[in-house]
Amino acid sequence: MPPNQGNRTHGWMGIHRGHRARPLEWIAERGIFLVALSTILMIFLIFVFVGREAMPILFGQENSALIKPVIPPEEMDRLKPEELQAYLGLSDKAFRQMERETLRELMIVKQEAQEEIPEQLRNDPDAHLNTTEWSAMLLPRQWSGYDEPVYIWQPIGSIHKYNIVPLIIGSLKVTLVGLLVAVPLAVGAAIYVSQLARPRVREVVKPVIEMLSGIPSVVIGFFALLVMASVLQSVFGYQTRLNAFVAGIALSFAVIPLVFSIAEDALTSVPRSYTQAALALGASRWQTAWQIVLPTALPGVFAAVVLGFGRAIGETMIVLMVCSASVVSWSIFDSARTITTTIAAEMAEAVAGGHHYRILFMLGAILFAVTFISNLIGDVVIHRLKHRLEGKR
Amino acid sequence: MPENALPKLELKTALAAASGNAAPLIEIKKLSLFYGQAQALKNISLSIRERVVTAFIGPSGCGKSTLLRCLNRMNDLIDGVRIEGSVRIGQHDIYAPDVDVIELRKRVGMVFQKSNPFPKSIYDNVAYGLRIQGVKNKSDLDAAVEQSLRGAALWDEVKDRLHTSALGLSGGQQQRLCIARAIAVKPEIVLMDEPASALDPIATARVEDLILELKRDFTIVIVTHNMQQATRISDDTAFFYMGELIEAGPTQKIFTNPRQKRTEDYVTGRFG
Repeated sequence: MPPNQGNRTHGWMGIHRGHRARPLEWIAERGIFLVALSTILMIFLIFVFVGREAMPILFGQENSALIKPVIPPEEMDRLKPEELQAYLGLSDKAFRQMERETLRELMIVKQEAQEEIPEQLRNDPDAHLNTTEWSAMLLPRQWSGYDEPVYIWQPIGSIHKYNIVPLIIGSLKVTLVGLLVAVPLAVGAAIYVSQLARPRVREVVKPVIEMLSGIPSVVIGFFALLVMASVLQSVFGYQTRLNAFVAGIALSFAVIPLVFSIAEDALTSVPRSYTQAALALGASRWQTAWQIVLPTALPGVFAAVVLGFGRAIGETMIVLMVCSASVVSWSIFDSARTITTTIAAEMAEAVAGGHHYRILFMLGAILFAVTFISNLIGDVVIHRLKHRLEGKR
Repeated sequence: MPENALPKLELKTALAAASGNAAPLIEIKKLSLFYGQAQALKNISLSIRERVVTAFIGPSGCGKSTLLRCLNRMNDLIDGVRIEGSVRIGQHDIYAPDVDVIELRKRVGMVFQKSNPFPKSIYDNVAYGLRIQGVKNKSDLDAAVEQSLRGAALWDEVKDRLHTSALGLSGGQQQRLCIARAIAVKPEIVLMDEPASALDPIATARVEDLILELKRDFTIVIVTHNMQQATRISDDTAFFYMGELIEAGPTQKIFTNPRQKRTEDYVTGRFG
């Protein structure tokens, strides 16, 4: 037998061993597969959970009106079980476990609660409005005591005002300011570090920028709240000290390292042969970077921007610390309350299962959808750009 | 950098043509190159004649590509490279402190081993060198692109798809496109670093034909591993070994009657 065949099975029998031939590798493969599967499953479960909690709002099944029609306890027997369950707002399990007497007690409590509502509210049309309807959440309304229709987010008080327009405007405002500051800086820095900087400079600048991503956002928020807000106000001289502009710039501190890191990778992975060809034709380093490397790396740079957008719109703590008044104003020098800060600030005091709680989950679902759609659009654009570069239109 | 800092070399070209004797265009004198501590080129002196094809041959790692890259200062891009000695092109020391490397590279073009068209259209690839020199006129660009592609024997194959991506071309076509791109800026000298090593025999033959065509207008320096190729296309040959220039002279002589034993061993295939 030749010496190098020591480990081989004699004859052809070995080929029938299947996965038993390399059991450890087989186990490792399965293990990794399970890990991947559980990750996907977890994300899916989060999705299902958020969706389930938001469902009653999305389909208009929730009623947040202060004054609701009352069914007197004496008429209990006329109701079908399903109707009674819906009227008392009970879950299937709770409803099945309850005695008839308990249900009757609940009906009495409900009736008494409605009777306790003061007379002046009884005549207020706002008290009869279901504020969780889509029209109430999206359209302006002239509430009692107001001179004109307005958008208001005011989830506490006897009448819950759930207009989400201020929050959407707030999120867009802060995110756009953050991206407008972060993207040019991050991409510029990435071009500099990957193409123009000498290696020694690169070795310092790159880790320093990437280290920014290690700063907890609460620290950035604190810094913005105490230092940046004052400095920016003295420079720009606007009225409101804490506003969307300060929040956006603070946000860019969190977005820059992310966009920088991915864009820098994309720019560095452009084949050196392109750079060499351009330089050999007499292009300057700047021309090479701008006209050859950047267009080639555009799909990667664009992906960085899309991820930066996701980070910016999802960032909570920085914005929460800097500003959180829900005003409807497109001016970046006014305050803003974003969707994420609303969820963070209000979830703790919302009654589980109540309409406020469900609305907050619906806001979460909106965030989910927005990031999902932006990633989808990003993917399509990146795909197109790649195809164009590779000449497969 | 003003235009007159590295005066046009045409005058010299004209003089050389008048004398009927191709005078040396490139003079390399006592050139040594170090990568950090390692010495890659050892005290090389070599003259390269104008409008002939000069081949650099030698085993891998002998420094022939490094020397080629000294001629348009592409080695500047590598960190820790140190150069001693001088390289003169048409009497100008290209390592003088006042030399604008970008101007130099416009006059000394280069074609690389692996074809490297930009991920742009065929037209934009050829026009790129002219555009960075500030040529904007569409008809000038059109004319230059056509002339360069014809010069690179590629025009008939691509004239109907000038605006499609260059990456859709075959390997041989891509390499000829790179040659077209290099000659579009009308350099004096074209450096070629094993331009056919990644091509099949048919594409190689076309590139070789092209080189023979180009030598009427350009001075060509080519690095090659292929002995047959060197004999087919070059007029002069320089043989390198371990960073040293062993022997240089007319190709005919190097391959049939070399002075050095090592040259003979290499060209006859006894080592390398």
